[in-house]
Amino acid sequence: MGLKNNLHNFKEKNKDKKWLPGFNALFTFLYMPNETTHNGTHIKAADDLKRTMNTVIMALVPCLIFGMFNAGYQHYLAQGLIDSADGFLGASFWTLDNLTVGLWKVLPLVIVSYGVGLAVEFIFAIIKGHEVEEGYLVTGMLVPLIVPVDIPLWMLAVAVIFGVVIGKEVFGGTGMNILNPALTIRAFLFFAYPTWMSGDKVWIHGAVERDQMIAAGQNIDAISGETILGSLAQGKEVAYSIWDMFYGIIPGSVGETSTLLILLGALFLIFAKIGSWRIMLSSVVGALVMGLIFNGFVDAGVITEGSKFYGLMSTEFWHHLLIGGFAFGTVFMATDPVTASQTNKGKWIYGFLVGFLSIMIRVFNPAYPEGVMLAILLMNVFAPTIDHYVVQGNVKKRMKRLKAKTA
Amino acid sequence: MSKDIKIKKGLDIKLIGEAEKTIENAIISNSYAIRPEDFHSIIPKLVAKEGTRVKAGETLFYNKDNENMKFVSPVSGEITEVLRGPRRRIDAIKITADKEQTYLDHGVFDLNSDAEKIKAHLLASGCWAFIKQRPYDVIAAADVTPKAIFISGYASAPLAADLDFTLAGKEAELQAAVTALSKLTTGSVHISVGDKSNSPLANLEHATTHKVSGPHPSGNVGTLINKVDPINKGETVWTVNAQDLVIIGELLLTGKFNAERIIALAGSSVQKPRYFKTLLGAEIATMVYDKGVERDSNARFISGNVLSGKQVQADEHLDYYSNVLTVIPEGDDYEFFGWNKPIFNKVSTSRALTFSWLNPKKKFDLNTNTNGEHRAFVTTGTYEEVFPLDIYPMQILKACMYKDLDEMEALGMYEVAPEDFALTEFVCVSKQPHQKIIREGLDLMLKEIG
Repeated sequence: MGLKNNLHNFKEKNKDKKWLPGFNALFTFLYMPNETTHNGTHIKAADDLKRTMNTVIMALVPCLIFGMFNAGYQHYLAQGLIDSADGFLGASFWTLDNLTVGLWKVLPLVIVSYGVGLAVEFIFAIIKGHEVEEGYLVTGMLVPLIVPVDIPLWMLAVAVIFGVVIGKEVFGGTGMNILNPALTIRAFLFFAYPTWMSGDKVWIHGAVERDQMIAAGQNIDAISGETILGSLAQGKEVAYSIWDMFYGIIPGSVGETSTLLILLGALFLIFAKIGSWRIMLSSVVGALVMGLIFNGFVDAGVITEGSKFYGLMSTEFWHHLLIGGFAFGTVFMATDPVTASQTNKGKWIYGFLVGFLSIMIRVFNPAYPEGVMLAILLMNVFAPTIDHYVVQGNVKKRMKRLKAKTA
Repeated sequence: MSKDIKIKKGLDIKLIGEAEKTIENAIISNSYAIRPEDFHSIIPKLVAKEGTRVKAGETLFYNKDNENMKFVSPVSGEITEVLRGPRRRIDAIKITADKEQTYLDHGVFDLNSDAEKIKAHLLASGCWAFIKQRPYDVIAAADVTPKAIFISGYASAPLAADLDFTLAGKEAELQAAVTALSKLTTGSVHISVGDKSNSPLANLEHATTHKVSGPHPSGNVGTLINKVDPINKGETVWTVNAQDLVIIGELLLTGKFNAERIIALAGSSVQKPRYFKTLLGAEIATMVYDKGVERDSNARFISGNVLSGKQVQADEHLDYYSNVLTVIPEGDDYEFFGWNKPIFNKVSTSRALTFSWLNPKKKFDLNTNTNGEHRAFVTTGTYEEVFPLDIYPMQILKACMYKDLDEMEALGMYEVAPEDFALTEFVCVSKQPHQKIIREGLDLMLKEIG
């Protein structure tokens, strides 16, 4: 193996160079390193962080591909150029035209996200003299999937730099951060450039551009694509069926619309024992409970049709699982092991509260009708507190045992 | 009050190269070595200088903190070399063995003696080295009376020597040792045996026997302690390896410190894995080349099991406590796209394109590659699956790393030994050195709290 030996010799020759972590990151990407154990366990299990991260990326790939088709589909549908697809395998959905638009719009998001994010990671690794850590592999894939398709690339780049530096590196890098970096990036975009992150234009490629053309005096029809949450928050009729929502052929952020594919991803992650089923399950339960409570308010007549909360509160409780970013957030973001609760008992509590608060924020914050992001970020902050009390339970048990002995 | 112990959390790592149940006499080793580092935390005061002649069982050095605690030579012969490290630390004492062995006679011991006499006898004869204590997992302090003594008669570690086999026929010695030990504790001597085993330890008097079942670490003494009578702050328990009871027992019965031990030579690099009769401190090379490994082959010799043994070279020596010598291939090679391709030939607790779950009975040929680089702690919940103790493993490891003594104590540091964290280290995605972290944590506590 010539390449292997050449790379190995190159690494040995440049052992004391400052930029070596940068080279190593690429080298270990090609070849698993020749590192051996010393004392301690002489054998090690097959999994490393790269494999773990890679598994999550594999679970995300169907969402990414679907997102590309959906970008094109929504673009042409809004202009009335194609018929609406009938079901998941609808003829007007899986077309080359749709994919072309998707590739054209979504691939740059992926490239900017990875390019900028990894550049920051490399720079920090070299400055701090440690190896490039794999955390960004997943973050870099999540980011393009949770932004609107038309987001300007420079905004994305700025947000990624902010998210990686402030959200992660200042705490010490992968494994040390308090907030989920991908959500930090999205939150930054959300508060810094709200016009590009909400409303009825940004979810469909071309809609904003058209508005600008109309404003400039051209005589064309505006196109709009309200998300389902947006419609509900404003008390409008929802134009999509439950099955449309489940399949994901609806407007929304790039990769979060298809509950079906997210569900498949979730099953894969649970089967692979990479994603926490405790968090996913308890989050779903939390959301359903909150949904039921709101339905109860409506049924009891506390909230009537005139109320601005009526639209979302009267939404059947289980529909909440299908709309907005709830499914995506629950499966791929709330389960981030670094920022979630770390104890098994804590995961139940944390997940439940993520689901519960998601729906609560969703209903009570109709200006920005997406609660999952804020709920997860909030619970990220509280996760260590939850763990603290769970661990204290174990500590107390030990103290009690001691007391029983000495008494 | 016997108790059946059944654990579910754990992992049996099935490896190729289990020792076949035949015993051979190893080639008689010319050189022996005793390494003070085997006796963690003991500072040795050398008695036998280079050039002196010793009998088997004669003192080589004693504990600086307790000069009654002797450490003795496994053979008779001449001290040929005292290897020293930095700051004149003694690394090893090498002995060239006589052709004809002579033993120091300690005299037949009256098993009806009181505790003080038993203690003095064990300390003077070198057998105290086999008695360890928790907290801290060090050789027991002689002035403390333990609340109980724990002995594991069930070896669940990968490629471990089968204690039913190696201890067969040693009932008299085992009984003598257990009888003596039972007088040194206010509680009882707890012995674990496998639930389907035919252990010579199963029916001893003056002891409580527990049947254990389940995956490794069901045979770890730490698991036994945690399930039977966990250690509280201020308490001490002692642990003794089952194979060491034989040496203690023989000393009590005959007056002779007989360092003979049956050890398993195991591992996938060995042509014919089998058992050897040899002595503590024997040279590795006397066992590994005959129907074993090729000379100059790229293999790792481990005195002990693959999870917590010590790496040794062929010209080095068996350590004081091991009853298994494992030889596995070194893994110092790169693997193309090793991090993302499907893996069939390695053990994993996940199913992230790792397929060891498909065939739970399959035996694996694992090498010493770390299968990835060292990282910060990231994943959660993986340790808990293989860790049966009622302790939060990641939290206690982190407490050790940031050296918070109060937190270490609260989380159960008095109860653990490094080997309890061998499996969590094995499955660790971030390749953290758990056993080292725990050892350093225990050392810190020993120094600060004592």
